[in-house]
Amino acid sequence: MRWIWIDKFVEFQSGKRAVALKNVTLAEEHLHDHFPGFPVMPECLMIEAMAQTSGILVGEAKKFQEKVILAKVKKAVFFDYVRPGDTIKLDARIESIISEAASTSGRITCEDKLIAEIDLMFSHIDQNLAGKEFPRENFVFDTGTSVFESLLRDVLSAGAGAADSEQDR
Amino acid sequence: MAMSRDEIMQEVQEVLVDALGVDDDEVTAEATLMGDLGAESIDFLDIVFRLEKTFGIKIPREELFPAENLMTDSEFVHNGKLTEKGLAELREKMPHTDITAFESDPDINKLADLFTVNAIVNYVEGKLSS
Repeated sequence: MRWIWIDKFVEFQSGKRAVALKNVTLAEEHLHDHFPGFPVMPECLMIEAMAQTSGILVGEAKKFQEKVILAKVKKAVFFDYVRPGDTIKLDARIESIISEAASTSGRITCEDKLIAEIDLMFSHIDQNLAGKEFPRENFVFDTGTSVFESLLRDVLSAGAGAADSEQDR
Repeated sequence: MAMSRDEIMQEVQEVLVDALGVDDDEVTAEATLMGDLGAESIDFLDIVFRLEKTFGIKIPREELFPAENLMTDSEFVHNGKLTEKGLAELREKMPHTDITAFESDPDINKLADLFTVNAIVNYVEGKLSS
């Protein structure tokens, strides 16, 4: 099973831009410790949500054939808290993409209020400059993770290349 | 509008400060990207993307930082040192870099020292004037 930290995509322009939503709820146990009596979404988990939004955008740009790995957090600036009950919008754009890597920029907003700016770099690890080899199977976008398909089903036009999957969930 | 070398240096400095999280006074002309500024492999691609954007140029794959390819080829490397052929290849691939000092002891571990701030400025200058 994959740990998916965004709830749905609301916009998806292949190779360019993706917008996802994440609902934050007190049912998330970590919020009771972060912090007791003052639950706010941990900033590292905002980076995770942006990494998933941007990472799926970058993966889809190469039809999920590359192993896309988060390689660098170029920028992560936070402007406000995210609290239980909030829906955050993750707006990710591809700034540059070449065979070895991609660079993305992202903004998180909540009801039009700017929450964070998060810019990332992803590596296509099979194309790394050092020529290092990795396992053949695509452990990032493997065919068993039909969850990617369901996430993208509504926003990608038919045949635009959602993740392959044998099972229909 | 042509940029002066100082202006290019200033922009390059800014790119490196942002990409590597270093202070601007660390980014001297002689500073090496890996040794002095702590750049790792993914940072090189980050720097390439940022330079492309800043200067509106296209930097073909491995034109700016071609050394990794050299190091994996046995024709170019022998006993941890670059062969004559390897040096010739390096001269051809990195015309924007002065490799005279390196040639006297072409230890591949010192190859990284060739990637200096100055080398980037030379590269960009050449690219902008071509």
